[in-house]
Amino acid sequence: MELKEDINIQNVAMSIFDRKMEMDEPIEPKDHMPDGYRKHLIRQMSQHAHSEVIGMQPEGNWITRAPSLRAKQILLAKIQDECGHGLYLYSATETLGISRAEMIAQLHSGKAKYSNIFNYPALNWADVGAIGWLVDGAAIVNQVSLQRTSYGPYSRAMVRICKEESFHQRQGYEIMTKMMRGTKEQREMAQDAMNRWWWPSLMMFGPHDSDSPHTGDAFKWKIKRQSNDELRAKFIDKTVQQAEVIGLTVPDKELRWNEEKKHYDHGPINWAEFYKVIAGFGPCNNQRMEHHKKIHAEGAWVREAAEAHRAKHQRQ
Amino acid sequence: MTEQQALYKYCTQLGDNALIQSYRLAEWCSRAPILEEDLALTNMALDMTGRAQLLLQYAGQLAGKGQTEDDLAYRRSEPEYSNSLIMELPDDDFAFTMVRQLLTSTFEYFLYSALTSSTDKTVAAIAAKAVKEAKYHMAHTTDWVIRLGDGTDESSRRTQQALNKLWPYTEELFETDDAHKMLLAAGIAADVNKIKASWSEHINATRTAAKITMPSDDYQHSGGTRGIHTEYLGHILSEMQYLQRAYPDAKW
Repeated sequence: MELKEDINIQNVAMSIFDRKMEMDEPIEPKDHMPDGYRKHLIRQMSQHAHSEVIGMQPEGNWITRAPSLRAKQILLAKIQDECGHGLYLYSATETLGISRAEMIAQLHSGKAKYSNIFNYPALNWADVGAIGWLVDGAAIVNQVSLQRTSYGPYSRAMVRICKEESFHQRQGYEIMTKMMRGTKEQREMAQDAMNRWWWPSLMMFGPHDSDSPHTGDAFKWKIKRQSNDELRAKFIDKTVQQAEVIGLTVPDKELRWNEEKKHYDHGPINWAEFYKVIAGFGPCNNQRMEHHKKIHAEGAWVREAAEAHRAKHQRQ
Repeated sequence: MTEQQALYKYCTQLGDNALIQSYRLAEWCSRAPILEEDLALTNMALDMTGRAQLLLQYAGQLAGKGQTEDDLAYRRSEPEYSNSLIMELPDDDFAFTMVRQLLTSTFEYFLYSALTSSTDKTVAAIAAKAVKEAKYHMAHTTDWVIRLGDGTDESSRRTQQALNKLWPYTEELFETDDAHKMLLAAGIAADVNKIKASWSEHINATRTAAKITMPSDDYQHSGGTRGIHTEYLGHILSEMQYLQRAYPDAKW
């Protein structure tokens, strides 16, 4: 009898999930959800949170060298936003039944990933501009789409995060504009940054639709609403025009407007490089992970002290 | 020395204190023991950068040579900087940062509270903003120093060590010079002797709650306000001023 009832409860719960999916209603933390759905979200959301946190490193590399008080304030505020996004996303992911400590352990063991883009170095001041304009610009295209994702806490996090990301993109573009209006050396720095960040930014959308291993489930569960190639095209279309306005050259000789498709055609993306960086062989993979592990280990005594203090005073 | 020159000196000193503190705090970005603290430390760094901007901007106006706040921050050399030495010491660990910030923010809270009634309107307006920030900085660091002092054996040892190292740099915060005296008479500057009593009271209460002992008080460093700094300041400036110095014609 009991077994039969259990099965019935399972079936009812599943049908609620299916009905919500069908009606485009958000799935909430207490709702029943298929294991695969939960796992997919934990993987994607924790990766997103880790990306925000690891992404603080390349920009943080320029904080002490920011060339004006205003530039320093803007950069500090921006990195602070990324940190806040990381916190917010860790909390949203915790609603799926995993702790922040577990997520960090998965990052350190290599089980969880972060965005590949942060395995590239920030080599000159214009890189700070390029990261805001191109990297955050690409992230926004993705995140705007994720505002309609099916998991409620994730979708709400995206709504909030998108507002701040558009400020980041504007500040990045402002730096690039200033550099392009500046001295010859500044223009060279800006173009150099453009040359190094353009292709990795395109890779941020992931493999072509025909090669994307997670696309099927993500679409079925409405976690993802637009394909990698659709989103990439959106990004290219808006960014090429912005580059032209300030006189930057997009480092792609095959880039041209396709009147029929109403999109730009672009040259081949170097997927061998993409997979090489994913496999751990990008310029900064080791550096980024070692930094995170080192800082986490060095901070252990502080976390222990806070916990010990709380425990002592709870008893009193 | 005219009153205007004295005020230039005073604002530069306050501005330099904010600027060098902001540099050290910002070094924590992406390095804090928990994300929440990464946010708090960069928040304090942001407050300090903003304060430096306002004070150096005003100093630039007072000097009347068309210097901007960036000219003062990025084109002056070590001897022209007049911050207290305590601001430039490198951070050993999180306990060092929290103890230093407790010592300086408590000082700043009482200082800027007093400066809100400065007869100089610009100083009073800057102080009105700064006092709100300093109040939060003081509360935040007080909590942490108590937590660390009264946490584990290791955190207590580190907190005590930090206070021992920092204590010989505290007296300099209360130093005065001719410019101070002139401005004090005019009701522009704050009376640091009055601030000292409130500062000592808060630091002692926090130290007691944190269960750490008072370091011996027999030697105190001095020199920052006269432009004689530690070796650390040169490294701060060479990093902070790198782009402005390497590309003097560029606008950022």
